[in-house]
Amino acid sequence: MRTIVCLKRVPDTETRIRIDSSGVKVDPAGVKYVISPYDEYAIELALRAKEAAGQGEVELVTYGEPAAQEALRKGLAMGADSALLLTGEPGLDGLATAKTLAAELRGADAPLVLFGVKAADDDLQQVGPMFATLVGRACVTGVASFTLQADKVTCEREVDGATEVVEAQLPAVLTITKGPHEPRLASLKGIMAAKKKPLVEKPAAASPARVRILALREPAPRPAGRIVGQGPDAVPELVRLLRDEAKAI
Amino acid sequence: MGNVLAFLERRDGRIGGAALEVMSVAQRVAIGLGGSAHALVLGGPGASAGVGELARFGAAKVEVGEHDGLAEYTPEAYASVLVERARQGGYAAVFLSASAVGRDLAPRLAALLDVPLATDVTAVEVVDGRLRVERPVYSGKAFAQIEIDASPALVSMRPNAFPATESAAAGTVAVFTPAVDPAALRTRVVERKLASRGAVDVSEATTIVSGGRGMKDAAQWHLLEALRDALGPDVALGASRAVVDAGWRPHAEQVGQTGKTVAPKLYLAVGISGAIQHLAGMRTAKTIVAINRDADAPIFQVADYGIVGDLFEVLPRLTAEIKSLRAGS
Ligand SMILES: Cc1cc2nc3c(=O)[nH]c(=O)nc-3n(C[C@H](O)[C@H](O)[C@H](O)COP(=O)(O)OP(=O)(O)OC[C@H]3O[C@@H](n4cnc5c(N)ncnc54)[C@H](O)[C@@H]3O)c2cc1C
Ligand SMILES: Nc1ncnc2c1ncn2[C@@H]1O[C@H](COP(=O)(O)O)[C@@H](O)[C@H]1O
Repeated sequence: MRTIVCLKRVPDTETRIRIDSSGVKVDPAGVKYVISPYDEYAIELALRAKEAAGQGEVELVTYGEPAAQEALRKGLAMGADSALLLTGEPGLDGLATAKTLAAELRGADAPLVLFGVKAADDDLQQVGPMFATLVGRACVTGVASFTLQADKVTCEREVDGATEVVEAQLPAVLTITKGPHEPRLASLKGIMAAKKKPLVEKPAAASPARVRILALREPAPRPAGRIVGQGPDAVPELVRLLRDEAKAI
Repeated sequence: MGNVLAFLERRDGRIGGAALEVMSVAQRVAIGLGGSAHALVLGGPGASAGVGELARFGAAKVEVGEHDGLAEYTPEAYASVLVERARQGGYAAVFLSASAVGRDLAPRLAALLDVPLATDVTAVEVVDGRLRVERPVYSGKAFAQIEIDASPALVSMRPNAFPATESAAAGTVAVFTPAVDPAALRTRVVERKLASRGAVDVSEATTIVSGGRGMKDAAQWHLLEALRDALGPDVALGASRAVVDAGWRPHAEQVGQTGKTVAPKLYLAVGISGAIQHLAGMRTAKTIVAINRDADAPIFQVADYGIVGDLFEVLPRLTAEIKSLRAGS
């Protein structure tokens, strides 16, 4: 049994984002990159499914710059078995990304293909369900944990303040959110082993993008706030300001 | 032709607030494109009750698809009906809410229609007959202004980012019975746990009372619940990741990078330090209030109003003051 995890390399969530002189791109200088946080949860669940089954492989796939190798190596060090890097430049058109991944993975012999619910750079929240629709797989989004059976996968998913248990027919696509299982850290042994694991790199059969970025801008700075006061005695003034000034209550 | 379709969600048997925002924007865009705005509502038998109201928010025509198989949101069934309507109407643009349902549905619709999707947009305008939208990237650390080169332009709108404005239109109602084949569905909901029907989701609430590690433990949450109840309806509880990781609150309430992104009118951060990953989820709130005993906590840098003090002293007082304000008004 093979499980495929699609992952993306993104700026570390602590990184300050600076827009470069072109006005449509982020300045890469000094940016530290990581595996997108939800994709780490996806890798963790894939590894757990393999451990539960007592057999199988976890394959990582990314579409991105050659430097994304580093993210794949990190996933291999967590315990994945092999990795594929489709080189190219994904942009803000999630459908183009989904098509590019589908061109490679359509008909893949894997009951499950896992995605993160959203990538921490473009925040599109769309590539997983688009991929599923393109390749004709069942799809469950926002999955916190799952159990794989012979002909179906049973997923716990989050919806507006409740959890749902959803069964999906195989083959399926699941988009993974933060759940009960924190992503494991790579051990030293894992890091050594990762160096010898297969990592294939080849050019992506990229689909053209139909979304054009006209401009990137920084968010408007929030107007300077004020400390209303110290302790409970400041409460009446806070309530007055919320009512009369902010009109928020 | 510049007609625009708004897909409007029903929740707990009625059209909710976020749907009216979608309708209002669809109407504004339709005017910009020289067409009219149509609404599509899906649900079980009787879903058409009360949809005439949508005329007030600019619906020239309201189409209601009623079927037993549409009573609850089912991705494949909803996507197939929606794609059918979107194709038949030849729409220039289709709008949905970036709600839990919208986030699940919109990408499937995009793939079926073979058009790109702009998710979670916070601004929409028509320039030279084309749609220009703005959406957050890098968890709100930047905004991208984009143009979509496809028809229909498919857009999901961030809840609470747009006003629901009244603007009358004809509002004719047409009920149809779509073809839904339950046997063709490949996913099935087998259980709903803790389904707190009627509870407001944190991503759609107009006010959020959010607690952090400063709350000390899960047993103290009654203090935040009391404040929530005093503030009235459409108020949700939120949480920092530290609180969710400690198991005090469910992940559904987590605000931030690996939780929900919210844009309420009022966000109260109680005992939350204001880490960059938390700010990513709530910095676009209209008004931010912070209660923290550490005057140097980063949350005060984004807060409009702050109280430096022990939350266990401040919270009960705040709840009492708001109750008396409500009682007096
Ligand atoms: C990849 C990644 C993703 C992340 N995603 C998220 C996310 O989605 N959401 C999120 O919130 N965090 C996220 N984090 C974690 C984030 O970095 C912080 O660790 C977290 O937000 C801290 O939570 P906190 O403010 O509740 O706790 P703390 O930082 O411990 O702050 C507690 C605050 O309470 C105050 N306090 C204590 N006692 C009292 C009292 N009696 N009265 C008043 N004030 C008091 C303290 O002064 C302090 O400021 C993420 C981190 C990473 C690396
Ligand atoms: N370029 C990419 N290569 C591989 N997987 C991707 C890529 N972009 C997005 N994904 C996957 O799709 C998920 C959702 O991304 P997005 O729709 O961009 O928010 C990510 O968490 C990844 O699992």
